[in-house]
Amino acid sequence: MYTVRKKYRPYISPFDPCKPMVIKTYETPPQLYLGFQPYNLPQFQPHEALRLGTLWPALYAPYTNPYEDCDRGDD
Amino acid sequence: MWIYEKKLQYPVRVNKCDPNMAKFLIEQYGGADGELAAALRYMNQRYTVPDKVIGILNDIGTEEFAHLEMIATMVYKLTKDATAEQMKEAGLGGHYANHDKALFYHNAAGSPWTATYIQAKGDPIADLYEDIAAEEKARATYQWLINMTDDVDLIDSLSFLREREIVHSQRFREAVEILKADREQKKIF
Repeated sequence: MYTVRKKYRPYISPFDPCKPMVIKTYETPPQLYLGFQPYNLPQFQPHEALRLGTLWPALYAPYTNPYEDCDRGDD
Repeated sequence: MWIYEKKLQYPVRVNKCDPNMAKFLIEQYGGADGELAAALRYMNQRYTVPDKVIGILNDIGTEEFAHLEMIATMVYKLTKDATAEQMKEAGLGGHYANHDKALFYHNAAGSPWTATYIQAKGDPIADLYEDIAAEEKARATYQWLINMTDDVDLIDSLSFLREREIVHSQRFREAVEILKADREQKKIF
């Protein structure tokens, strides 16, 4: 499934000083994939677009704090 | 020339008294990937890019100034009622000693803004690639700022600004595509 947040499992050393983060994440928002924006894509309603920051659902990629559901070693 | 509309591009509400957050937000004010650097970068580069993409730099550069105002408003709201002691506790003692509550173009670590943050190479592809990178770095900064606060109103404004970085990146990427395309050339096979 396509997602704008990619995950990977970094190497964890037995000698790491802090409790390891088992899963690390990074963002890959839609502009990386869209290329030249095609004509006639669906649009948000104007009032909604002004609130969201884009007219185009194809470019809308909300962000949340990844640490809030981050994995701290008991995975 | 510009026409100034005396309101913010997007409302800025700050819910929580957290002067410490102002110290971090200032990164996006006077930092290397901040709104000032972005605005000045595009406004300067626009003279020497091909005609077809001048407008993109002009419009996005103008919008960056609107974003600068929003960040300024956040910083101002977070610090205006802080005492000298609270400024000190928030890690803004150095700032206070120099500037009182005045805003200044420096980054979160206190380094003043410098023109060496931006570039104008004169090569349209090099300049647009820098602009795309700048948008992605600003987007990342907004992510790190969002991660550091639990003020939902502040997150709301920062999320709007982050989404604009995505749209700007997309438009710069399209500008590159415009310059790559040879639509006007007649091909004879």
